[in-house]
Amino acid sequence: MASLEEKIEETRRLGLQVVKETEEDRLMTLSVGPQHPGSGHFRFTVKVDGDYIVYCDPDPGYVHRGEEKMCEYRNIIQNIPHLERPVIHDSTNVTYSYSLAVEELMGIEVPRRGQFIRAIASELNRQVYTLYWLAIYGIFLGHSTMFMWPAGDRELFIDLLERLTGARVTHAFNIPGGVRNDMPEGFKQKCLEHINYYEKRLKEYEDIFYNNPLFRQRTEGVAPLSKEDAIKLGVTGSVLRASGVPYDIRKVEPYDVYNEIDFKVQYMKTGDSFARSYVPFLDMKESCHIVRRLLDKMPESGEVRTKLQPNPKGPPGESYKRVESGRGALGYHIVSDGTPKPYRVKISVGSFRNMLALPFLLVGQKLADMPAVYWSLNYWPVEADR
Amino acid sequence: MASYTESFRFGEFVGSVLWLIFWVVIIFSMVGLPLLFVVLFYVPLPPMGDEVLTPYLFLTMVVDPTRTVPIIKYMIHTDLFRVTAFPGFTYAALLAAVTIYFERKFLAKMQLRIGPLYVGKIEGWLQLMADGLKLISKEIIVPSGADKPIFWAAPIAFVATAAATTALIPVAPGWVVADIDVGMIAVFAIFGFFPLIALLFSWASNSKYPFIGGLRALHQIIAFEIPFIISALSVVILAGSLNLTDITNSQINSYWFVFFLPISAFVFYISSLAELERIPFDLPEAESEIVAGWITETSGMIYGLIQLGTYLKLYALAALFVVFFLGGWSGPVIFPAEIMPGYTGEKIYNPVTLSAAFWFTIKTFGMIVLLLLPRGISPRIRIDILLHTGWYKLIVLAFINMFIALALIYGGILGPGGLLVR
Repeated sequence: MASLEEKIEETRRLGLQVVKETEEDRLMTLSVGPQHPGSGHFRFTVKVDGDYIVYCDPDPGYVHRGEEKMCEYRNIIQNIPHLERPVIHDSTNVTYSYSLAVEELMGIEVPRRGQFIRAIASELNRQVYTLYWLAIYGIFLGHSTMFMWPAGDRELFIDLLERLTGARVTHAFNIPGGVRNDMPEGFKQKCLEHINYYEKRLKEYEDIFYNNPLFRQRTEGVAPLSKEDAIKLGVTGSVLRASGVPYDIRKVEPYDVYNEIDFKVQYMKTGDSFARSYVPFLDMKESCHIVRRLLDKMPESGEVRTKLQPNPKGPPGESYKRVESGRGALGYHIVSDGTPKPYRVKISVGSFRNMLALPFLLVGQKLADMPAVYWSLNYWPVEADR
Repeated sequence: MASYTESFRFGEFVGSVLWLIFWVVIIFSMVGLPLLFVVLFYVPLPPMGDEVLTPYLFLTMVVDPTRTVPIIKYMIHTDLFRVTAFPGFTYAALLAAVTIYFERKFLAKMQLRIGPLYVGKIEGWLQLMADGLKLISKEIIVPSGADKPIFWAAPIAFVATAAATTALIPVAPGWVVADIDVGMIAVFAIFGFFPLIALLFSWASNSKYPFIGGLRALHQIIAFEIPFIISALSVVILAGSLNLTDITNSQINSYWFVFFLPISAFVFYISSLAELERIPFDLPEAESEIVAGWITETSGMIYGLIQLGTYLKLYALAALFVVFFLGGWSGPVIFPAEIMPGYTGEKIYNPVTLSAAFWFTIKTFGMIVLLLLPRGISPRIRIDILLHTGWYKLIVLAFINMFIALALIYGGILGPGGLLVR
């Protein structure tokens, strides 16, 4: 077998063309997904030579719902509930950047307490998403305990978010102008309790999963993505940070109150599957600190929302805002023609950009590494298809 | 499809039902009952001893304990009973059923879940029965390009092969279906069938994922068969016999072999996990990689049969571990010799046999739990690491302990007239 670098080079040179005709008959083409336990709502075709993957062709679009087109038929407020559908586990972050973009377009200032509540909700929701992602990573590697534990501990944050927003998963909490309602009484106390307990659990995750020698064997050194390649491919979020680029939108383009909060950007240098799976975990740890600091600094009382007119419309123009979601930069580009309905909404999601790295990473790997590589890309098929 | 004609009239329908009931009653009382009486009282059964019995007399005999006990005692010493019930299939299958329930509850507790809860009111203890009924009622889908004879035969062969292993395992002194002198070789010969069945079934499925799974099963079992056999070989060296009963007896005469051969026991345990295709060695059924591996195309009771076979195999391997390393049935006699003080009737059980079976069951179940444990704490291993482990590490470890066993024999510590032989 050729080395990984050669394989990547070859794949690039061929421009993801099908492997040479002469070799075709000794390869087996496997269609992974969309009805495959290890794929999600997503299909990719791999060609295997024995146990090695020589070619991979991602084929997204199975759950395409036309979210962007749907935005053009609804007014700005009506867009919120359906925009969070692609990633219901990260719904606050999805509506966060939309609200930011609309606010920029209309020139609305969000009250300070509202900004803090937004940030807290967004950090809690990041935990919900990452725990779900981690649960699936666990079961992809055959570790059923790692499926059950995060899926169970996710309830801690779902419970908190339910207190805060009134809904368990799809909150529709962020709206242009602020958040829908103020924090309930005793939320701060409950939040600190849950986070204290949760940090103990994170140590247990590390013991049973990340420090497990079998897990290390399966992920360390598997499908490394170099710093240069990561930048060239345009990956984002945890995948980019795992390759040694400390790039976090919360730090690079601080939105709302993030420039007042002191936190570290977590990154690793190896860029292999292990780093890609460990960086979200480090993010979760850091996120706990961020929530604590946000709760400390939050003003005790005040408005949480700037009231808009009943059918809000902005001046003609366009705006682009992005936030750091669970999967990386998530941006909204909104073009308005002065009517209540946006003229065009473009969603730039982290999943789709991370998926582009999949064919390069899978080539030269073993078939058994397919789930370990695929899910380490922090890819959410429904979000990529939008 | 339920349908009725357009000329359907409810009154006619009720009338016809009444007529039907009338004729059933008439025929039953005029023909059926007299026939039943004739059969019960006048038809002679084949003579038992010097008694001539009719079915009626036979039935009265069955409910009379003084006459039933000899029959039962006769029955449990027949080969049929041994093959079907106690050391054979039913015992193994019951233990397998308990294992499935226990595994689900145990794993659930480990993962902060509850596990089966509703079926049977108490902690879902009838869940297995519900699952079995569901599997039986499901359609068996045979892929269109499948090799049908092999596709049907392989699951049955799988269960039969797994059940055949249980025939060789001595559960209590004298309680073994086939007490043969080459017991250990026979066990390994039978285990050699499993990769063949997996490969045949995967090939017969005519599907890609089963094919990959079948090849993986073949690789895995070949890689682990050798350390498996070599680790058992050191047991043979210490016991000086291939007969499983003799191996047990030699441990009763000295000490459990796990104290002399801990490395072999470890290698045997790891190889058993690989042989069973359990996590971390469940590569042939790796769900997220190759759907369900070689059993992808199974459905309904074919899947049920393969699961039954897997758990029978689990029992067989745990029992083999107990026979090889944990002294088989050895243990103190805990059951009293008399059922109750003052009872002078026929002795119903032999306390030595019963305690032996009890200890054997307890040890085997403990071993099964140990084999279940990795499922909760470990991810799946990768095929190259697996082959490396099998070929390089385990074989070397097994050989090391074989030399220790030889040293123990030639040093005069074990073996005939050894220091530690009682």
